[in-house]
Amino acid sequence: MPGSSLEVAASGGAGEPSADAPKELKLDVPSDLGFLEEAVELFARHCVEAGVPPESSRFKLKVALCEALQNAMIYGNKLDHAKMVRVEAVVEDGNVTISVADEGEGFDPEEMPDPTTPGKLQLPDGRGLFVIQQLADEVRFNDRGNCIWMVLRHS
Amino acid sequence: MGLTTREENGVVIVTVDGQLIVSNRQQLKQAVMDELDNGATKFVVDFGETGYIDSSGLGLLVSLSKRVGEAGGALRLSSLNDDLGSLFELTKLDTLLDIYDTVEQAVEGL
Repeated sequence: MPGSSLEVAASGGAGEPSADAPKELKLDVPSDLGFLEEAVELFARHCVEAGVPPESSRFKLKVALCEALQNAMIYGNKLDHAKMVRVEAVVEDGNVTISVADEGEGFDPEEMPDPTTPGKLQLPDGRGLFVIQQLADEVRFNDRGNCIWMVLRHS
Repeated sequence: MGLTTREENGVVIVTVDGQLIVSNRQQLKQAVMDELDNGATKFVVDFGETGYIDSSGLGLLVSLSKRVGEAGGALRLSSLNDDLGSLFELTKLDTLLDIYDTVEQAVEGL
């Protein structure tokens, strides 16, 4: 377990005129897989405190965030511990939009093959982005391909 | 993640407590490979105490199932809750891996 600790910065909501105002969260995570589980648990807990229903965060949010974070650490920042992954969220009416950005060159999500086809099903890798796309209600990327937005709606 | 391993009627049952993800999957791999090296061929991985599994964890299960199968054995999964079960369904790994509702059902006939 890495020595330093993670800290979520929260703004909006508390003390604002409207309790329904969007709440914003921000977390910077070093590109070290030793931080992965702690970062996911910490961020999910803050999302719940900001209004995301616990049943949404318990599984879908945690798995989608875990996948996006590790992709950013491994493929984006090449596990360079000096490079950070920035996780941000906006929570409003129980819905959450999470962005995960790395310092890498980006990639083309259109090039990722479908891992459920017969030829791919037995491969050990290549399911991360597919899992995110299945769990999140909406997934977008920036043009460079080094930032993913995942929307999870409260249904 | 915590792993507990026990043997029942010649079947090695590995219980995964916590999350099975890229940063700890090596522990499960090592536990199964060690038992395989010691001559075990029948395995049940029990997910009754598991929170979530990521794609790396799923990939490990694919690899381990293949490896155990090549050694003439079998690896079964058990006790997936609805959330975990949905992960195997959406990745279609429920068609590749042997999944049972309970440890007892997985052990039976193995």
